[in-house]
Amino acid sequence: MALFVGFGLVVGILFGFFGMGGSFLVTPALLMLGYDASVAVGSGMAFVFGTAVIATLKHHDLGQVDYKLGAIMIAGTTIGIEVGRASVYYLEALGLAGGVISVAYVVLLGGIGAMVTREAMKGDGGGGVDHEAADTDLSEYEIPEIAKTIQETVRIPPMVTLRGDVRVSAWVITAVAFSTGLLSGFLGVGGGFIRMPAMIYAIGVPVPVAVGTDLFEIVFSGGIGSYLYGQGGGVDLAIVAPLLFGSALGARIGSAATAVVDSDGIKIYFGGMLLAGAVAVGIGEVGSYLGNGLLETVGLVLVIGAAVVVAGAIVYTTVASLRATRRRRTPAAD
Amino acid sequence: MAGLAVPTWDPQTALLIGAILFEAIVLYVGYGGLERLVGPRLMELLVGGDSGVGQ
Repeated sequence: MALFVGFGLVVGILFGFFGMGGSFLVTPALLMLGYDASVAVGSGMAFVFGTAVIATLKHHDLGQVDYKLGAIMIAGTTIGIEVGRASVYYLEALGLAGGVISVAYVVLLGGIGAMVTREAMKGDGGGGVDHEAADTDLSEYEIPEIAKTIQETVRIPPMVTLRGDVRVSAWVITAVAFSTGLLSGFLGVGGGFIRMPAMIYAIGVPVPVAVGTDLFEIVFSGGIGSYLYGQGGGVDLAIVAPLLFGSALGARIGSAATAVVDSDGIKIYFGGMLLAGAVAVGIGEVGSYLGNGLLETVGLVLVIGAAVVVAGAIVYTTVASLRATRRRRTPAAD
Repeated sequence: MAGLAVPTWDPQTALLIGAILFEAIVLYVGYGGLERLVGPRLMELLVGGDSGVGQ
């Protein structure tokens, strides 16, 4: 239980700081701890649900939610989750679920990790939530070129107007929602780390609206997904409750740290952590395949260790920055 | 969508998900109160004064 509270704290710090990185560490860790695929995915999704409720409560007052976009996203995501969830049970019946989910994680974590690291090294702050962008006025937001092209090319009615004067086909929104829902149901992730860039680059909504609407949607998609997994006995409250207990505190620490530390500097570590996570899941799977317990343990230590190191770096940098600021404010009087 | 399970009403599962929802709300309110209560003191302990974090 203490392990879950501690791991939840680490995951919460990462979520609060980067705005993503919650669930896709939890499910692989549970898989490596030996839980059934449906319990690992179902409990991961229930954890996401709880985390999203807390985050949405916080963002509610900021008025950064497009409810029309959210409603269409919810409909598409629900169907996607259902297809993804059915795939997990089908693969489990074939005895392939653990392996296929792990491989999907390796590809996804590796791909996103490489993307975030590359963007961070380029120094333009890509990947994750840009906290500064989230504070920018909606009218100042520039629609990415790819989103403009999609908006001009795909004009299948009905067209909908979203916050920030974005006009897009409802079918584009539905396609984005279904694809991300499919991944969400299959991997037990909230899907924010895929859905948010998809909303920004495929639909073209301003970053703050993407963040707010995404959180609003995760409450629904996570809730429905958890309910469906719960019906199959896939949600273990003994896992979810302590994880949530730790992550709710961690998210406050991580969120507060964004006011002090420039997230771009740490994004490169975040990308590295995702890559380490991909390697760890790969090592764990090889160990499991070979029946080598040591390799499985190495994989588990690596995935948790990488997350702990990055979370520790955030806390350390925050405290160091605050101390430096205080020293500058109060020049040595002695 | 043939062959896919349709969500049906299950009081036990609803209670389980409701418990997670309740825990989330309690944690949001509880940690919020805790932050206001011990936040400044904790900041003083860590950096020697309230530097505005967690506001």
